[in-house]
Amino acid sequence: MIVMAKIMGLTGNEAIAYAVKQCNVDLIAAYPITPQTIMVEVISEYVYNGEIDAEFVCAESEHSAMSACIGASLTGARVFTGTASQGLALMHEMLYIASGLRCPIVMGVANRALSAPLNIHGDHSDMMGSRDCGWIQVYAENSQEAYDWTIQAFKIAEDPRVLLPVSVNIDGFILSHCVENIVVLEDEDVARFLPPRGPLITIDPTKPITVGAICLPDYYFEVKFQQVQALKEAYKVIREVNREYKKLSGRRYDLVETYAMEDAEAAILCLGSTAGTAKVVAKELRKEGEKVGVVKPWVYRPFPEEDLIKALGDVKALAVLDRACSFGAPFNALCSDIIATLYRYEKEIKVFNCVYGLGGRDITPMEIRGIFEEALETARSERIKEHVKFVGVRE
Amino acid sequence: MRRPWGLSKTERKLGWKELPIGGYILDPGSAMKYKTGDWRAFRPVMDQKKCVNCLLCWIYCPDGAIIRLEKYVDVNYDYCKGCGICANECPVKCITMVEEGGE
Repeated sequence: MIVMAKIMGLTGNEAIAYAVKQCNVDLIAAYPITPQTIMVEVISEYVYNGEIDAEFVCAESEHSAMSACIGASLTGARVFTGTASQGLALMHEMLYIASGLRCPIVMGVANRALSAPLNIHGDHSDMMGSRDCGWIQVYAENSQEAYDWTIQAFKIAEDPRVLLPVSVNIDGFILSHCVENIVVLEDEDVARFLPPRGPLITIDPTKPITVGAICLPDYYFEVKFQQVQALKEAYKVIREVNREYKKLSGRRYDLVETYAMEDAEAAILCLGSTAGTAKVVAKELRKEGEKVGVVKPWVYRPFPEEDLIKALGDVKALAVLDRACSFGAPFNALCSDIIATLYRYEKEIKVFNCVYGLGGRDITPMEIRGIFEEALETARSERIKEHVKFVGVRE
Repeated sequence: MRRPWGLSKTERKLGWKELPIGGYILDPGSAMKYKTGDWRAFRPVMDQKKCVNCLLCWIYCPDGAIIRLEKYVDVNYDYCKGCGICANECPVKCITMVEEGGE
């Protein structure tokens, strides 16, 4: 049954905060950082006003915030935090501990460039820098998706087959500070979708346990392999949660979203808000008779290989857009994963990599049109002109 | 009973499916099961006829691997890491450090 819902004007930060409010969270530990600040500021107001029955811990740093989240999560509490950029970098050490100790924490990340030089604007350097931290990583295209994924994130994270933390990524400022109309669910419906979390381990003085003990070469490898398996299980769980959420909200989510890919010869593959611009440009080009499409992985970790291979269909050329730079690497993060996937599935597609929008530089429809045109040209000539391009950088 | 110069029988190590997730330790005192004796490169060999039972080795041993007996001491080779402090401190020099693997 699809329930009737109301519409609210919310920024990306507020949309995530509102979702967290409805998810009956027990504890939020956070430190403010641009462009995430409003996300946790709004939640702190909810707590202060008594709108949610939760503890709000004002930590002295992001490292401490994540540490508090880990401790609380281990007691069985439902935990949320938010951060960005330098804050995420400072958390880096604790990110691995959260996933290693199997804490189903949900974190909103308002993606922002990393210093130096100091920059507060949106790119994916922060999350990409921590992409191997063992977290499930979701990228939202707009604030509606950020709201919907936040609710789903708790359910995915807490599933006993998964028990891993999830980060919901929104492009800094582009989504975090932009007001959109968001269709929100009723509190009771979210409560039905997401029942209270039960503790995984209990603290009982008569039956002592140890968490976070040393694990030497004879056991560490097995514990890490459990994480590998949990991320594999996550594919299935994410799909199940997406299906259940569609029944509730009417909105369809998946590991990957495609746009006009049915008979596409050339395509753009990108994360987050840029996919929206790419869809608009693809629509224009389709009107002009060009067979182009867009592929947007919603979920970046676990990397949806099978779904991407299916989504790419018979496309001949693909431009992979990275909003982060892997200095000195043959390709940048997203493109490396795509090329590895194509190799693994023995699929021949001409792929080139475009780095764009570093430090929040706008990517314009004209630039995206240029990328599409180069992809079409690559499809026709079967020759890649330039393997890694930097779109929008001045000579 | 300990085997001469070696570790007592060790339990089979669990695989990833059997182990509790996240490296949680759900049984207290499980550190006893972890036998650090195989870290040892040199083992202390006690000449019990020379031992005066002064217990200095027992006091100095950082791993509690000296076993007190009625007239002399012995070594728990499951936990002795072979640091050699006992041999250094022994006033009657009844402890010799012998390389593992040799006879």
